[in-house]
Amino acid sequence: MSEGGAMRDQWYPVGMTKQLTAQGRDTMLMGEPIRVALAGGAPSVTDGTGRALPVIDRFGHVWTSLGQPEKDLFTIPEVDQPGRRLVDVGVCRVRCSPLRAVENFLDIAHFPFVHTDILGSEPHTEVARYEVEIRDDVDEVWATKVKFFQPQAAKSAEGGITTDYMYRVCAPTCSVLYKTCPPKPGEWDVIALFVQPLTETLCDVWPYMALYDDDAEMTDLIHFQQMIFVQDRSVLENQLPALLPLDPGREIPTRADMTSIAYRRWLKRHGFTYGAQLVAA
Amino acid sequence: MILYDYILSPSCYRVRLLAALIGRRLDLWAVDVHPGQEHLSEPMLALNPAGTIPVLTDDGLVLTESTAILTYLAAHDAPAWLGEDTAAMRARVAQWLAFAQRLTDSAGAARAHDMLLAPGDIDALRGQATQALRELEAALSAGRRRGESFLAGNRPTIADIACFPHVALAPDGGLPLDPYPSIRLWMRAIRALDGFIEMPGIHRLHELKPEPGPMPEVIRKEQA
Repeated sequence: MSEGGAMRDQWYPVGMTKQLTAQGRDTMLMGEPIRVALAGGAPSVTDGTGRALPVIDRFGHVWTSLGQPEKDLFTIPEVDQPGRRLVDVGVCRVRCSPLRAVENFLDIAHFPFVHTDILGSEPHTEVARYEVEIRDDVDEVWATKVKFFQPQAAKSAEGGITTDYMYRVCAPTCSVLYKTCPPKPGEWDVIALFVQPLTETLCDVWPYMALYDDDAEMTDLIHFQQMIFVQDRSVLENQLPALLPLDPGREIPTRADMTSIAYRRWLKRHGFTYGAQLVAA
Repeated sequence: MILYDYILSPSCYRVRLLAALIGRRLDLWAVDVHPGQEHLSEPMLALNPAGTIPVLTDDGLVLTESTAILTYLAAHDAPAWLGEDTAAMRARVAQWLAFAQRLTDSAGAARAHDMLLAPGDIDALRGQATQALRELEAALSAGRRRGESFLAGNRPTIADIACFPHVALAPDGGLPLDPYPSIRLWMRAIRALDGFIEMPGIHRLHELKPEPGPMPEVIRKEQA
């Protein structure tokens, strides 16, 4: 089996469609050099030997795979709803396992401490019980009925509200969260984290959003999400061990970590181990 | 006063931080630097041909260097932040304002490389940043022995505010601050200032919140 195992046959984001050039950009995917370019008006990705890799242009980003994906890239039906603002937040590089970047995105308990007075605040630190399942029909991890008190849940939020969340892991390095949409009750704001694994301990993160917000400037929407993600970045770069442990032993989960536990189980079940460690220490 | 601003820019944060510390309200104008490259757009280049941010405008005045903006804000609202009004102290502040540019060009460029994929020779940048951090550590250490907590004497000045952001964010560019105890104490002193605000990557001092009471065992031991 080549480097990456079952994860070779999955789709990964490798650039923003808007930023493509004919000259192309050199980057990496799972340790291998690739070039992402615009060829005849369409995105193209080639590996180090010049071999053309499969390409999908979706959610404002270019997706590719080193292997042979059996399935189409996941969909986010909400993205096509009229009236949503689609936000390409831009890349941020992090020295951490791509799986750790996703796992952090799934965590609620850190909000009051890392995103203080924005996504959480002391003393409102309790994570109430929520539901987690691995949905076999779609082969995704879902966390639902997540509730958390937030001082400024979104750019469009005025004052503190209790925010409802749903989390979805739809690919080994991609997660989508759905949260209360302050200007449009009954609808969900969609915030996605697309992670490009450069190596097992280095990744490029491409956040993406589909929001109902008619008032905010696009730049303010981008900056709000960049602010949140860069608050996480230094924490991610200091997590030990660097590789995400899939077997219990080195880290003790609590009830608030149910989504993380399900994510790790799901990764292990599929042999998605690039950026993970299997043997408990 | 309008500040053309970017949330992830340490040089913009210099201005936001000083404004917060002296109680000056700024109108923030967010510039889509990344990924939009708006700082290189025609309207922004018309304002600042150098294509950098921050830019501060006030009543026809256009300032495009963050250290000049700090000087302006302090002179305008809070002259004590310019440093003691002596020849030597004014020169010391000016010396550190120039030094801050070296931090921008080394530690700042290393961070932009590591985080936002900006081009650059990362080893050379880290080497220059390490040299600058060692000079800063030596100066702060010498100052502490004279009983001074800040770069230009015993009160914070714009010199501290100019140097603080790129130093505090150096780990983002692969430059750990563990070898620099005087820098860490100095950063703590700045973070403890009334009115301090954070930026992404620089956290507030959670540990300054009220501590739990005295440890019972310790009290028993002392009384025994």
